[in-house]
Amino acid sequence: MPAAESGNRQSSALLGVRLTLLAAVSAAMMILDNRDATALTRFRQAASVIVYPLQVGVDQPFAAWRRARETFAAREALLEENARLKSRLRDLDVRLQRMATLEAENVRLRAMLDSSVRVADRMLVAEILAVDPDPHRQRFTINRGALNGVYAGQALLDAEGVVGQIDIVDALTSQAVLISDSNHGLPVAVNRTGLRTIALGTGETGLLNLPYLTNSADVREGDLLVTSGLGGVFPPGYPVGRVTAVQRRPGQSFARVLAQPSAGLDRGREVLLVMDTGNAGPTATANGLAESGR
Amino acid sequence: MIGRVRPMLLPMTMLVLALALSIVPLGDRVAPYRPDWVPLALIYWAIARPRHFGLLCAFAMGLALDLLTGSLLGRHALALLPVVYLALRLHLRIRVALSWQVAVTVVLLLALYHFLLFWIDGVGQRAPGAIAWAPLLTSALLWPVVMVTLGGFGPDRMRESQ
Repeated sequence: MPAAESGNRQSSALLGVRLTLLAAVSAAMMILDNRDATALTRFRQAASVIVYPLQVGVDQPFAAWRRARETFAAREALLEENARLKSRLRDLDVRLQRMATLEAENVRLRAMLDSSVRVADRMLVAEILAVDPDPHRQRFTINRGALNGVYAGQALLDAEGVVGQIDIVDALTSQAVLISDSNHGLPVAVNRTGLRTIALGTGETGLLNLPYLTNSADVREGDLLVTSGLGGVFPPGYPVGRVTAVQRRPGQSFARVLAQPSAGLDRGREVLLVMDTGNAGPTATANGLAESGR
Repeated sequence: MIGRVRPMLLPMTMLVLALALSIVPLGDRVAPYRPDWVPLALIYWAIARPRHFGLLCAFAMGLALDLLTGSLLGRHALALLPVVYLALRLHLRIRVALSWQVAVTVVLLLALYHFLLFWIDGVGQRAPGAIAWAPLLTSALLWPVVMVTLGGFGPDRMRESQ
């Protein structure tokens, strides 16, 4: 028994040493990762290849369920959806025609002004693999990574508007921060007046906060917010959301302005990655206004 | 060592399953109540097989969790290490304790895990509110299920080998 006792003591001392060592390693990793997100990129990319099968494996049953639901969807539902999509397509076609003339006009005017022209951006479709389980963080994982040309800071859109931006790029997947994440700021402009400000995420999916608008600022409920393109991360002119509440507070210097994102942040499976637009490259993101913390 | 491979199959499967369960997408209503699958599995195996599932395993699982959730690298690892350390140090005492005492110890260990996570995040930045402790409740309810399905901790292998 004494032998066992001393053996226990020795092994528990060893345990303490190992705890200290491993805790020091994790703390060092956290500090490195926090200081400079690129420091551990290689490790992250290599290690994420190991956990990638798990991510895909978890997604498989859900994907199978979706496929099954699509396969066995009722005929009426499909017909109804078809009709709905057709009418929507008609609407969009009409709008597109107007858009074409507007775009031509825009190009002409810009040429007159001798400024840079941006007609259309190249897009890459990505599928959302997983949503961050932490309810405080608005993030998700998509199935495109460094091998597909994704870079940190890249803008993410969906059919209705801006979704977020890429934060961490792994080899096969990448993590995106939503514009509603409480650490995210997005340079926007009020479409009606051109007034520039910054939309901050609140941590709630359907809510953006515009804290830097003064009481005298010309902003109304229902105003459309678009990306201003300042900061060099997001391409200008994409819809961000609509102002839902404007509360002018005489005692304060800033008004309380809230907006609802137009993109389906908690809906949909597909997002569009804006590929390099020429004026917003990976170099421009480093000092952008829209920074994301972690 | 060859004979050890088979008994390792169940724990390994359980750990991978725990990782998978902690990233399964849940609805917004249910998500805050997701049990702490990974700490639960690690605590169980640290007590059941202290020889095989030690701190290195906890470290690796923590890093895997960090990669899967995209959090700061080392965040979950640092929170898991002290929890598993305590489980390892106390495993002989926990083994002989009554089942309700075991359950209370496990809940306390999980509370420590959550406390460490909040501490790492810097609680001041984002006051978590009561809902943040919801996983503790569901994990506490889950623990008896784990114990019953796995039939206690099994033979004391640490003792056996000495």
